[in-house]
Amino acid sequence: MANDPIHQFQLSTIVPIDVGGLNFSFTNSSLFMVATTVVATGFLAAATSGRGLVPGRMQMVAEQAYEFVAGTLRSAAGTEGMRFFPMVFSLFMFVLVANLIGMVPYFFTITSHIIVTFALAMLVIGTVVGYGFYKHGLHFLGLFVPHGVPTLLVPLVTAIEVISFLSRPISLSVRLFANMMAGHTALKVFAGFIVSMSAAGAVGVAGSVLPLLMTVALTGLEFLVAFLQAYVFTVLTCMYLNDALHPGH
Amino acid sequence: MAQTAHTEVPAHGAAHKAGFPPFESTYFPSQLLWLALTFGFLWWMMAKVIVPRLTDIIETRRDRISKDLGEAQRLKDETEAAIKGYDKALADARAKAQAIANETRAALNAEVEAKRHAAEAGLNEKLAAAEARIGEIKAQALGEVGGIATDTATALVNHLLGGTAGQDEISAAVAAAMQK
Repeated sequence: MANDPIHQFQLSTIVPIDVGGLNFSFTNSSLFMVATTVVATGFLAAATSGRGLVPGRMQMVAEQAYEFVAGTLRSAAGTEGMRFFPMVFSLFMFVLVANLIGMVPYFFTITSHIIVTFALAMLVIGTVVGYGFYKHGLHFLGLFVPHGVPTLLVPLVTAIEVISFLSRPISLSVRLFANMMAGHTALKVFAGFIVSMSAAGAVGVAGSVLPLLMTVALTGLEFLVAFLQAYVFTVLTCMYLNDALHPGH
Repeated sequence: MAQTAHTEVPAHGAAHKAGFPPFESTYFPSQLLWLALTFGFLWWMMAKVIVPRLTDIIETRRDRISKDLGEAQRLKDETEAAIKGYDKALADARAKAQAIANETRAALNAEVEAKRHAAEAGLNEKLAAAEARIGEIKAQALGEVGGIATDTATALVNHLLGGTAGQDEISAAVAAAMQK
């Protein structure tokens, strides 16, 4: 592989598919999306197949993931929020497994592509807007007019609320994408230093210990980030869904 | 294939070099299609299989635990009731025994008292009869004393004075003497 930190994000077509001039090819990204789905559903299906009253290790992990997401959703959006549980749980599992698979060397990180994270964020915001209007009708727009604001300030505050609402899908998607992309780039850069320094003789080999340590530390950090970003994505999803359920602040 | 794709780099990607892979818009339809397919399948699996199964597992466990706790509470209550019943029976038996003992004691006392009364009454009766008889005998004896005295006086009078004294005079004299 080339010593280029950006190369790892390169898409490569595996099965070219072209419909009406649009590129629907099955790429390495698609392959890892399939892998993510297979790993996530396969693990959870295998872990819960025993339906043990006393859980085994795998079932324990599955149950903890369930309780974790359910607790987050319930505390952010209340008991009514549980109707969105399958979606939120799917998002958490998909992002988490995608991030963790991306940590395997030479594996593709699907969440390092903005279009993927943006599509997931739009799914969340689309659900919020769709359900908000379906459930509350035009009252959903009350979300943008907070109570207890002086009449003079209402237009200003409403403008700010609208802008902040519109920036949500962008911040939600960019946060995940930028974290994964930047982290993997940094890892690759430091790993690349080891190789290029080692090529510079004995002193270089001795000095390359430093980027090696850095790479090891960054790998640990990246595992943390992989989990943390899945968590943050889930928490924000729950908070946005709360707006759809209770738009009156 | 990347060389064909650095035409539509969005503005905020300008800091990176041209053709930055995450912004290659030619691949966007492919990314979106396969994301929709894979995530859709994942979602469907979660909603239809995984989440109901996990809910079932966790609720079954919760029900089982609360059922077991309820059963334990029921058994505990039962035990307490049994202990209470036992204590009550014990107290009842004790009270009953006490009552029987008291009753028996009272009955025996009454019987003894009655017998004593009867015996005393009998004795009193006999005493009274004896006293009456004594009085009778005494009166009789005293009466005879009068007769004897009269006889003796008659004999003495006849012997000393000769002749005969009137019987009635002598009786009256004896009676007068005895009156003193």
